[in-house]
Amino acid sequence: MSVQTFTGSVAPARPVSPPLTAQHLHLADRVAGWNIAVGVLALSIGALFGVFQGLEHAKVLDIYPWLQPVIKTYYQGLTLHGALNAVVWTTFFICGFFTFAFVRSLNRPYLYPKLNVIAFVVMLVGLLTAAVPMLMNNATVLYTFYPPMLADWAFYAGLTLLVIGSWIVGYSMYFTYYAWRKENPDRRAPFIALAATITMVLWQIATLGVAGEILFQLLPNALAPVLGFPAPGLDPLLNRTLFWWFGHPLVYFWLLPAYISWYAMLPAQTHGKMFSEPLARLVFWLFLLFSTPVGFHHQYADPGIPEIWKYIHMIFTFGVGFPSLLTAFTVVASLEIGARARGGKGYLAWIGRLNWGDPSYAAQNLAMILFIFGGIGGMINASYNVNLAVHNTTWVPGHFHLTVGSASTLTFFGILYWMVPRLTGHKLFTPLLARVQAWTWFFGMLLFSNAYHTLGLLFSVPRRTALGSAPYYDSQWNPQMIESVLGIALLTVSATLFFAIMLFTLVVPRKLDKPVDMPVAQPLDPKPAPQWLDTWWPWLNGAIALVLLSYGPMLYQLIRDAEFWSRGIRVW
Amino acid sequence: MSELRSEQSPAGEAHGPQETEQTETLHIEKWEGIWIRIALGMTAVFILAITVAALSFGISVPGVTARISPAALNDPENPFATPGLRELAPGKYEVYMVAQTWNFLPDRLEVPVGAEVTFYVTARDVVHGIKIAGTNVNMMALPGQVSTLKATFTKPGVYNYICHEYCGYVAGAPIGHHTMYGQLVVAEAPETAQALTE
Repeated sequence: MSVQTFTGSVAPARPVSPPLTAQHLHLADRVAGWNIAVGVLALSIGALFGVFQGLEHAKVLDIYPWLQPVIKTYYQGLTLHGALNAVVWTTFFICGFFTFAFVRSLNRPYLYPKLNVIAFVVMLVGLLTAAVPMLMNNATVLYTFYPPMLADWAFYAGLTLLVIGSWIVGYSMYFTYYAWRKENPDRRAPFIALAATITMVLWQIATLGVAGEILFQLLPNALAPVLGFPAPGLDPLLNRTLFWWFGHPLVYFWLLPAYISWYAMLPAQTHGKMFSEPLARLVFWLFLLFSTPVGFHHQYADPGIPEIWKYIHMIFTFGVGFPSLLTAFTVVASLEIGARARGGKGYLAWIGRLNWGDPSYAAQNLAMILFIFGGIGGMINASYNVNLAVHNTTWVPGHFHLTVGSASTLTFFGILYWMVPRLTGHKLFTPLLARVQAWTWFFGMLLFSNAYHTLGLLFSVPRRTALGSAPYYDSQWNPQMIESVLGIALLTVSATLFFAIMLFTLVVPRKLDKPVDMPVAQPLDPKPAPQWLDTWWPWLNGAIALVLLSYGPMLYQLIRDAEFWSRGIRVW
Repeated sequence: MSELRSEQSPAGEAHGPQETEQTETLHIEKWEGIWIRIALGMTAVFILAITVAALSFGISVPGVTARISPAALNDPENPFATPGLRELAPGKYEVYMVAQTWNFLPDRLEVPVGAEVTFYVTARDVVHGIKIAGTNVNMMALPGQVSTLKATFTKPGVYNYICHEYCGYVAGAPIGHHTMYGQLVVAEAPETAQALTE
């Protein structure tokens, strides 16, 4: 921006965006790197327990008696698996990725760069606070922590801090976005910056539910014996409802960062362009609208909620499926442009010309393929009465290992395959190992999730259960159990490779030949998106209105009629 | 997608060709438009199919039944104080069931083929779940709430009902969440039920 000003100029003073310097990037990248380090470390422990669980289910190895001095039971391991993978790894990765990508996309320094540091410290303190009771077997309540089961107060306090820290990451982005908007009133917000901000706003709305549950119910009850006041009691249905207000948009918090990469980064990694940039914006706005008023679809099997409310949330759930269907077309079209630019021909033969040699590309494309099955399974789960056939069976972990465990996690791996070289200045160790990692994850998850889907559907095998020790274990399950163990074997190889790649990329100082930076796909059509796809108020107000309409009446009733009959219990 | 193509703003037209490029119209490519219609159509068909199944075939999910304090479960006038199967009319039964750490009361039921059974389930302590294998009876059991679903058993056999919500386990104990289950025996006639389980 070189604006010539003369004394006496009448042009109104408009603030000008300060330039984004290497120094600004340095701090943001440091914070991003810390976040990613914590996330990857958490995943390395969480994934290990996943292997133990799978082997226990299939009666291959019950390792828990040997873990006794440290880990008391299968369920303590399961709590760690869920909390470390689904909450810690995802949240830290996403906060790191956004801190890194938002500032580059907006091309403007953070307004308050230290907020990102504060956010990281708050999240880390939260993680450590919650980790102590989890590791001491004082919070073996799984990552859904349904009351009246009650963990040590530090577990809830730690989770609260972790969430507050992630809010601060969002605030840092909102302030900067607002400043940029004042400096650039006529420009469209860059897609990645806008989509990341929408994701953080969605997270802010989503977490209000669980914040209510923890602050008004769980923490007071958990603190009562410590501080010596009478426990106020719990209403399990009210608490589950508040949890699932948060629990489903949580999955969009996991998914949308992957969508950002698929829409706006991945095409550039295979010489493609964003097929329809305005439509991609519409997709993110639709997620903001529809991701929260859907929570009752996790409570189809719950008593005490009228069927009509479950039905209404079912309709919204299909509403939130719609933007994913749009994504399927638009992302594939963006990639096809790239494959054809690389000499691809025919109706389907172009697929072979995609940039499969790049592990970052391959991992993310494989993640998309697994998400096709994850998405179809999701529509089945959403289907109200059909859900009764699979609710709380192993079908459900089969499903979410394709979504958060593949669509998100394998995409995040792919992102790290360019991002960690960028952050460390070191070459990836090595592209070949990373390709093997991606493909073993793909086939491992395919086998594992197919087996678990089938076990749940055919035999009603329950989820979150030490099946190997169950008296009702049935030899009819054996074929699928063998299939799942094959999958777990591949996943073990894959996860080990991933952690080795991360570690050796970090410590082996092979300098990059040429600098790597964030891939940004250019839109095919350079015309800017219409103004209404860059305007917050209709979408944000619409989202708030939908939450109030879909939750207001039912929550009002549940709170009005609440009976705090239950007391917190330790059952482990 | 006609609803996405709003009219060009008159203000935009007044500013020459450069400005009219920035219209409020969302341009949708031809095949993309076709796909959007297919996606909307699919979504509508799914919702319709579920609605028809719920209304015409009565495949419903649990709704609001009753509330009961866990502390009142043993009150003598309360049906949950004596959990079990009761015959209401020939072929029609009801079951009052309590889920607790770590068993179902009762953990064994016997009905004849063709029995229509209404299940009333509540929990004494923490959240439990129950799914009767091979049926649509799949419910959460919450303290303070009564869950209800109905099923008709047309095939003889032994149906496990398994607790499918984690409800605790103490290291080394002989029982825990994973041992919590019961069996429903559907027999040709009530007296042959015993033979089937052996």
